[in-house]
Amino acid sequence: MLNKFPLWKNLMVIVILAVAALYALPNIYGEDYAVQISASRNATVDMQTLETVEKTLEDIAIQPKGVVLEEGQILVRVNSDVEQLQARDALLRALGTNYIVALNLAPATPEWLADIGGTPMKLGLDLRGGVHFLMEVDMAEATRKIQDQMRDTVRGELREERIRSTSIRRDDTDVVIQLRTDEDYAAAESYLNNRYPGYTLLEDEANRTLRLRMTEAKLKETQDYAISQNVTILRNRVNELGVAEPVVQRQGAERIVVQLPGVQDTARAKEILGATATLEFRMVDDENSVYEAEQGRVPFGSELFVNRNGGNTLLKEDVILTGDHIVNATSGFDENQRPQVSISLDGAGGDKMSLATRDNVGKPMATLFIEFKATGERDENDRIIFERNAEVINVATIQSRLGNNFRITGINSQQEAQNLALLLRAGALIAPIQIVEERTLGPSLGKENIELGTQAIIWGFLLVVIFMVIYYKKFGLVANLALTSNLVLIIGIMSMIPGATLTLPGMAGIVLTVGMAVDANVLIFERIREEIKAKRSPQQAIHHGYDSAFSTIMDANVTTLIVAIILFAIGTGPVKGFAVTLAIGIITSMFTAIVGTRAVINAVWGGKRIDKLSV
Amino acid sequence: MHEIIKTDKIIPFMRFRFGAWIFSGLLLIASIVSLSVNQLNWGLDFTGGTVIEVGYETSADLPAIRQTLEANGFGGAVVQNFGTQQDVLIRIEPREGVKAQELGNEILTLLQQNSSDAVEMRRIEFVGPQVGDQLTEQGGLAMLTALLCILVYIALRFEWRLALGAVGALAHDVILTLGLFSFLGLEFDLTVLAALLAVIGYSINDTVVVCDRIRENFRKYHKYTAQETIDGALTDTMSRTVVTSLTTILVLLALFFLGGQLIHGFATALLFGVIIGTYSSIYIASSLAFALGVSREDLMPPEIEKEGEDLEPLP
Repeated sequence: MLNKFPLWKNLMVIVILAVAALYALPNIYGEDYAVQISASRNATVDMQTLETVEKTLEDIAIQPKGVVLEEGQILVRVNSDVEQLQARDALLRALGTNYIVALNLAPATPEWLADIGGTPMKLGLDLRGGVHFLMEVDMAEATRKIQDQMRDTVRGELREERIRSTSIRRDDTDVVIQLRTDEDYAAAESYLNNRYPGYTLLEDEANRTLRLRMTEAKLKETQDYAISQNVTILRNRVNELGVAEPVVQRQGAERIVVQLPGVQDTARAKEILGATATLEFRMVDDENSVYEAEQGRVPFGSELFVNRNGGNTLLKEDVILTGDHIVNATSGFDENQRPQVSISLDGAGGDKMSLATRDNVGKPMATLFIEFKATGERDENDRIIFERNAEVINVATIQSRLGNNFRITGINSQQEAQNLALLLRAGALIAPIQIVEERTLGPSLGKENIELGTQAIIWGFLLVVIFMVIYYKKFGLVANLALTSNLVLIIGIMSMIPGATLTLPGMAGIVLTVGMAVDANVLIFERIREEIKAKRSPQQAIHHGYDSAFSTIMDANVTTLIVAIILFAIGTGPVKGFAVTLAIGIITSMFTAIVGTRAVINAVWGGKRIDKLSV
Repeated sequence: MHEIIKTDKIIPFMRFRFGAWIFSGLLLIASIVSLSVNQLNWGLDFTGGTVIEVGYETSADLPAIRQTLEANGFGGAVVQNFGTQQDVLIRIEPREGVKAQELGNEILTLLQQNSSDAVEMRRIEFVGPQVGDQLTEQGGLAMLTALLCILVYIALRFEWRLALGAVGALAHDVILTLGLFSFLGLEFDLTVLAALLAVIGYSINDTVVVCDRIRENFRKYHKYTAQETIDGALTDTMSRTVVTSLTTILVLLALFFLGGQLIHGFATALLFGVIIGTYSSIYIASSLAFALGVSREDLMPPEIEKEGEDLEPLP
């Protein structure tokens, strides 16, 4: 008999390896130091910005490797880390606070490779340096806020219906209503029943008590909302830090991961991330002239602020309400199909708003947005100085006395309504967050880790390769070919999967895979040796060796794969990285060791009559 | 052809099983005693607290650092070299009333003020106690889930006696590795937990290969007793077991010596685990299955098998 692979099988092996090699290629080119410029809220990056950037670089005598405007961002590649810092500081000064200027590393992948989607592997923080925060959202507080608001709503509505109650209070996640008389109880029961979606009414007629209880679904919705809202806020704040490729992600039911590659100053990062209430409602001072104020004659009791259109608006000094009273803000349309933003306040906020707007119907009220921005200047401790920026984002006329729920109309576009809703939400953290885990890695340690990991992979690989040649001779060479392809496959696949990140334990996983990947070939070769001992012809030995080892290899690898999947499911951060490379390594090693080596062996020895095998 | 083990004759493994049991039994007892007396040196990931790694340009003066810390109210801090003379690791337990989040930066500033040498921040890690508790729970859960999944898979693919033998061997490996860490007082962190699960993965790989051969030989040879069949299967797979262990140990040695401090515990756990795992898949897994009375009838396929039929005709 002869051992031959059909043409398609050989082609498949070649194509798979070629694709993997192609996508593994970007990792060889390394990365350029770069500065990344993107617009913050009300600016755009355009050709004009590009000109400014080029001119600024010229002024400080930096010859960039490349300046590209792409997807609303400008990427400036420079030659060294010193130039990178110089360029960043100069650009910050030149562009002002409307732009975010961040340090970055840009892959030096050649254009033709990048065009087909080739990117190097993403490196984890332990290999790049940076900060990792794990934050926990106080869910109890989030539900409490919502329930407080519910209590106030019920109180107001019952009063309007003239149903008398002795007390309405919040009890954990319930709103408890104690009615005065049986008539009141009956009236309240029929009024409240099925009135609020997401709540069930529990009745206790003997005690004249009604309980509004959140349904499980509503509770979950509230918590999901609290998390996603906090993620939005944190993302906005991280953007203000000027970090390239930050990660802000939900993890599990009540935690948020924030990763800031390259950031070292954790104290500052924490200050910004933890900042609260950055929104204020104030009355517009329409009695005095803006022009006068612009000339420096600001009337007593008023303040001058810039507005979104680039002009100025004169506001009263008294703050009606701060943003931490906002429970929710959503954009939508009013009855005339004009864009609007609906705002819900908590109880205390509603009272304040009601009081303040009672006598001001028909007058304009402004929404002031306050945030912290990096200025590009540094203080004596080399810390970036942040400045408080206040801006009028909306002026609307009060149509009637406002309560817990009101809306802002007269907005120009739906896009603007959406932005306003986002900003309103971003101003208020619905629930406090607490840092429960923090890991900061210096850049030197990251570089060192890459070096150590690479060394371990190279030496581990060499030791195994040498051993295999000594022990299995020519077949050992074939196994080594498979091992090399396996490495290429792992790197290629890691580069192709967008979410996969290489960590130090991940590199350890690759090392371990190198050691264990030859196992399949060892199993096959040992079988072939047995067959030869049993006096089979070389061709039959090859055929039976592969056949009988196959099910063993499958069983052994499936069980290891189970372990890798469990590791992935429970692991966080670095451990997940290990699980990913281990799992990919198991799958690729089965392919290279079973199909790959067979293709080579068939091609070299399978097509002819031979008396002896070099195994 | 090179051969590490001559496999011409069947090695009577099962004859020595009582010796192996006594050996393993003693090690297990020692491990459990050490685990209950010394306990595990839980790492930051599990206990919570703050770790600061700093680099000095010249050899670091540990007593001076301790003094600085003590003078500023960080009396309980553990100060030690990390890898080299220049690198220092400072570990502070979580304390009531202290804002742990700020601790890392405070200490760093303190060290920079009190040293003539430049102090480089290499790593600051803070883990809150609530995270640690959760990780411990998750880790234990992961271990049990892994063992259970493997038990079910092998019971389905092979037979429950072999499955129990395999899982018994895995538990044996895990307990001994934990015992080693407790005995030597090595730090048990998240990467070591990952290594432990990888040991389970490696050891099961080994055990499955042996089980597979036991099943095959039971089906192929009808004249041998169970003991002889198991001995035969172990002898057949011996050479593969040793070669795979060797290549794995080779790469782990590379990782142990070249991988750096952060990965040291990981490499140690795997190195020990692979050696113990190799031994246990030979002795513990199969001898447990043997003691449970695994026999030919248990392993016969339900339908007429294809294996053992003759080869396809030559072209």
